[in-house]
Amino acid sequence: MDNRLSISLGIVTLQNPIIPASGTFGFGLEAAKLYDIDCLGAISIKGTTVLPRYGNPTPRIAECAEGMLNSVGLQNPGVDKVTEEILPKLREVFHQPIIANISGFSVEDYVQLAEKMSREEQVEIIEVNISCPNVHNGGMAFGTDPKAAGEVTKAVKTVSRKPVFVKLSPNVTDIASIAKACEQAGADGLCLINTLLGMRINLRTRKPVLANRYGGMSGPAIFPLAVRMVNQVASACSLPIIGCGGISTAEDVLEMMMAGASAVEIGAANLVNPYVCRDIVEQLPGLLDQYGINNITDIIGCTTK
Amino acid sequence: MHQVKLKILSNTALTADIYRMWLQAEDSDACTALRQAKAGQFMNIAIKGCYLRRPISICDIDDNKICIVYKVVGKGTAVMSAMQAGELLDVLLPLGNGFDLTPAGETPLLIGGGVGVPPMLMLAKRLLEQTEKANVILGFNTKKDIILVNEFRQAGCNVTVTTADGSEGKKGFVTDAMSDIQHISYYYACGPVPMLRALKGRLTAEGQLSMEERMGCGFGLCMGCTCQTHEGAKQVCTDGPVFRSTDIIF
Repeated sequence: MDNRLSISLGIVTLQNPIIPASGTFGFGLEAAKLYDIDCLGAISIKGTTVLPRYGNPTPRIAECAEGMLNSVGLQNPGVDKVTEEILPKLREVFHQPIIANISGFSVEDYVQLAEKMSREEQVEIIEVNISCPNVHNGGMAFGTDPKAAGEVTKAVKTVSRKPVFVKLSPNVTDIASIAKACEQAGADGLCLINTLLGMRINLRTRKPVLANRYGGMSGPAIFPLAVRMVNQVASACSLPIIGCGGISTAEDVLEMMMAGASAVEIGAANLVNPYVCRDIVEQLPGLLDQYGINNITDIIGCTTK
Repeated sequence: MHQVKLKILSNTALTADIYRMWLQAEDSDACTALRQAKAGQFMNIAIKGCYLRRPISICDIDDNKICIVYKVVGKGTAVMSAMQAGELLDVLLPLGNGFDLTPAGETPLLIGGGVGVPPMLMLAKRLLEQTEKANVILGFNTKKDIILVNEFRQAGCNVTVTTADGSEGKKGFVTDAMSDIQHISYYYACGPVPMLRALKGRLTAEGQLSMEERMGCGFGLCMGCTCQTHEGAKQVCTDGPVFRSTDIIF
């Protein structure tokens, strides 16, 4: 029997649609100590920048009803250490596609990162993060303007040897217009949504909980919003989509795929249950039977306009 | 790290806002987790109605029973304080790296401040299995906040208590009690950052500091709980919570 869970993101085939989201799975090495991560469809590794970054001051974590806020601010060891030291270790324990999430402060940064990362063996997709809400003068600035999003996409496409997926921000009025700009600029796919900018205030201190004031909100609380945005983008574009935002269960995976996603990224849920991605992979076949679905690809985008 | 179920045996108030909870390991996985746990490590507890788990340091382990002492500081710990004996908790443990007992020497000094006191109890008990003597300084704001002093004494520690307002023991901070201690071969401390910073400045001996930070996951995935060290950015949850005093940059 063919693998009922297998999906494709353009030219890249995954054994199943489950991908831990960038920033919630490190570089896979911690999780590899807990279970065999080869059961995953792919891994989107921690957002990488040209130079090492400490990130924002702490506290970086706050909570909300059915979710959380983070203001980590792209803490990472920089692209050279990632390619020279970390990816070789990941390749020892993981043999499925790696998605390299790259984040820059200028178009040149993105170009340099795409050049280096797309040369790496096993990196099958470059995920261009133009939607990090936690850094100034970069990240989200590119993701909230169709023209800037198109320019980054085009520049990355010129140098990347691997398919380019652009990770979109929900902190916009019309996400479909950004998606279309990326499509026209040559993107091979899209990933959405990144976190929503939020804030919590401590009643006792009368100050923001997060040292960086605002942070990206994620978790089940944002799931319906993510489903709606994926559906809008899937209806407006013909690119393959990785759906992301608040997915916590196998049922959520099917719902996100019915909205128009070909695969999904699972983020905050990993922080609560470190085994959640493995558990969902195991639960999916039974769930397909329950809903009378033959192959998981049958439901992709069944609700798009 | 194991994901296990622990059954609440008791959950009682030690002060107006500090509680002690004893939990029992029910299955072999949980017993293994308890056997592996070291002083200074912590557990991460799933709490109904809260999205994130709550990281709490281990205070004591007695065979297949484990003790935590926690202060009610927000929603999650408020829910915990209302939990009843018999309830099952979903817990990840042991987490973090714990204290290294090997450099302790013959006369180690243990310093706990406020809710930094609980992890020092398990450390004191483990240290007294290898040394004759353990000097302990426990600092609190006021008499009403004092916890676990009898437990340290029963374990065989030489305990000095300080209170900031002088309502019990020596008046002042833990650093004000250090001149009474003759020889310090090594030190271990857990408490608020100003206390740790003051200790590092005052003590010539080397030591280990247990750091606290707001955590997302507790097992190294989210990069939420970062601190600055001489070896670069480190995660309090996986690289810590215990660090060598010489590594930490305050």
